[in-house]
Amino acid sequence: MKLFEFEAKEILKKHGVKVPRSVLLEKGEKNPLEKIKAAGLEPPIVVKSQVLVAGRGKAGGIKIAKTWEEAEKLIAELFEKPIKGLKPRYLLIEEAIPHEKELYASIIIDRSERKPVILASQFGGMDIEQIAKEKPESIVRMYVDPFLGLKAYQARKIGKMIGLKGKILNSFASFLIGLYDVFMEYDADLAESNPLAVTEDGVIPLDARLIIDDNSIYKHPDISERNLEDTGEYTEWEIKARKMGLAFVELDGDIGIIGNGAGLTMTTMDLVYLYGGKPANFLDIGGGASKELVKTAVKFLIDLPRTKKIFMNIFGGITRCDEVARGIVAALEELGGSPKPLVIRLSGTNEEEGRKILQENGIDAYTDPIEAVQKVVSL
Amino acid sequence: MAIIVDENTKLIVQGITGKEGRFHTKLMLDYGTKIVAGVTPGKGGTDVFGIPVYDSVEEAKNAHPEANTSIIFVPARFAADAVYEAIDAGIKTIVVITEHIPVHDAMKFVNYGKSKGVTIIGPNCPGVITPGKAKVGIMPGHIFTPGHVGIVSRSGTLTYEIAYAMTKAGIGQSTAVGIGGDPVIGTSFIEALQMFEEDPETEAIVMVGEIGGDMEERAAKMIEEGKITKPAVAFIAGRTAPPGKRMGHAGAIIMMGTGTAEGKIKALESVGVKVAKTPMEIPDLLKQVLKK
Repeated sequence: MKLFEFEAKEILKKHGVKVPRSVLLEKGEKNPLEKIKAAGLEPPIVVKSQVLVAGRGKAGGIKIAKTWEEAEKLIAELFEKPIKGLKPRYLLIEEAIPHEKELYASIIIDRSERKPVILASQFGGMDIEQIAKEKPESIVRMYVDPFLGLKAYQARKIGKMIGLKGKILNSFASFLIGLYDVFMEYDADLAESNPLAVTEDGVIPLDARLIIDDNSIYKHPDISERNLEDTGEYTEWEIKARKMGLAFVELDGDIGIIGNGAGLTMTTMDLVYLYGGKPANFLDIGGGASKELVKTAVKFLIDLPRTKKIFMNIFGGITRCDEVARGIVAALEELGGSPKPLVIRLSGTNEEEGRKILQENGIDAYTDPIEAVQKVVSL
Repeated sequence: MAIIVDENTKLIVQGITGKEGRFHTKLMLDYGTKIVAGVTPGKGGTDVFGIPVYDSVEEAKNAHPEANTSIIFVPARFAADAVYEAIDAGIKTIVVITEHIPVHDAMKFVNYGKSKGVTIIGPNCPGVITPGKAKVGIMPGHIFTPGHVGIVSRSGTLTYEIAYAMTKAGIGQSTAVGIGGDPVIGTSFIEALQMFEEDPETEAIVMVGEIGGDMEERAAKMIEEGKITKPAVAFIAGRTAPPGKRMGHAGAIIMMGTGTAEGKIKALESVGVKVAKTPMEIPDLLKQVLKK
């Protein structure tokens, strides 16, 4: 789950990291300027749209106001301005920080080493993909033992590697330790500051991103749940699917896909593509799917406007083909038949019973996935 | 021989009284797996299908010193604790079936396990089967048949599909290992490959990969360096997966342009590994490499 910039900075502040002075404005705030003054801020100030997408700056979501008049105008403007399709509920107003240089720093878990890894570069301000492309040699990395934690000397070493010295070096090391503490305490997938500004006094994060592992949210009651609509990560139909408990990803083709198991479902998409069709989605009913879940999945894909036909590829392991067949029949009964062609491949556990249930209802099923995929593409 | 589990496996089932634990205990017993004990805190003194249940792994291990392997069906919130408990009780092979374990928890117990010389499989995996000898997992046993081809896979159902196609084509399996779909797992592709390389009963290896991470690329590098000499064939799922989206498995995501199916296929083909276009091609590719 992605946190808003203001939430990430609040957490960093609690962990002793110095962040810019700021005040948060919620949409509908009557006297924004009074609120800003009361917080002890005055122009120049930075007005930042709080949306959960990367690249806000380039999309026009971050503006500097040099006067109060400008501030008033920008605040009204940014509350109404969609950034990559998302309108903000909050604006973060920050003091402008004069700085000489912008750095990059982040922490992720390295999948192969199975350890946290610190990534840093002296070229902040552009996204990491761009740094990796244009200045790959500038990115330094250091693995951390998750049981020992990040040691101060290691943090200083990273600072040295990106060319820092003196007071700035020590300030960077303290910042990194704070960022690491937050990364570990909040089960983060990513803790990042970009840009991390270098001022006369030390470093200070101009931006901060924190992504929490969805599976660990229960450990962090202080973090409020996101509206799926606010995340910018899901399409309208993906949000509907999530609310129904379906593992669904929307693609741009027209052949609806249902499989059991993530690998088999992805393979089904690939097979459709290989034989000349275009998959409309990924929908995995998982292992041991019930009749109810199958029914929900089939109806969902029939409803999905972009599907012209539907391909169900089931290999019964723990999933039982008879249960799947009952789900299909139930879905079609409720709909009074399928308005879109449905091609089914059933194989594995209780295959014969499943096939029989389908046949009694006038539905054929293939055993061979290749024959089935050729059929669905040809329709 | 075979790898990880065999006729000498003496299993403890952690979470044996839960719905999943009970169901799969029955299926593993039916397959012939030697299950010596179950563990569910608070249910000590009861039994499941005649298997004695204990409150802790330590008590189970004291009563059944021959226990050498554990399988974990404990819910995600309590699964990490169950892994530490098994490691501290001296269990040397731990198979973690549970899905949705926080990545930080997995990272810590995997590192702890390594420091104690423990083999951890998973989390979020279907387990390990050595056909005809032992099934420590949730895979349907009847689609596997004993033989000399090892399977290492990041996916459950896709493994069954491929194993079934092999079985129908008369190609048996030495061991099939489902290493799991999470970003951080105890035994990676390359570690499983190394085990198959050292196993005298394995003559060839099937690698079933998918988008996300760089395990398949690392496997290709190992083959290039001559560390894997047995013939290997592969299938990679997710050629049509879009970047930035998790495809069911937490670890199946293309990030920052890395982890694409194309990249993995290219890396494997460049070191001479035949990559199947469909899972159904695997038996034919195996026949080609086994002939040589």
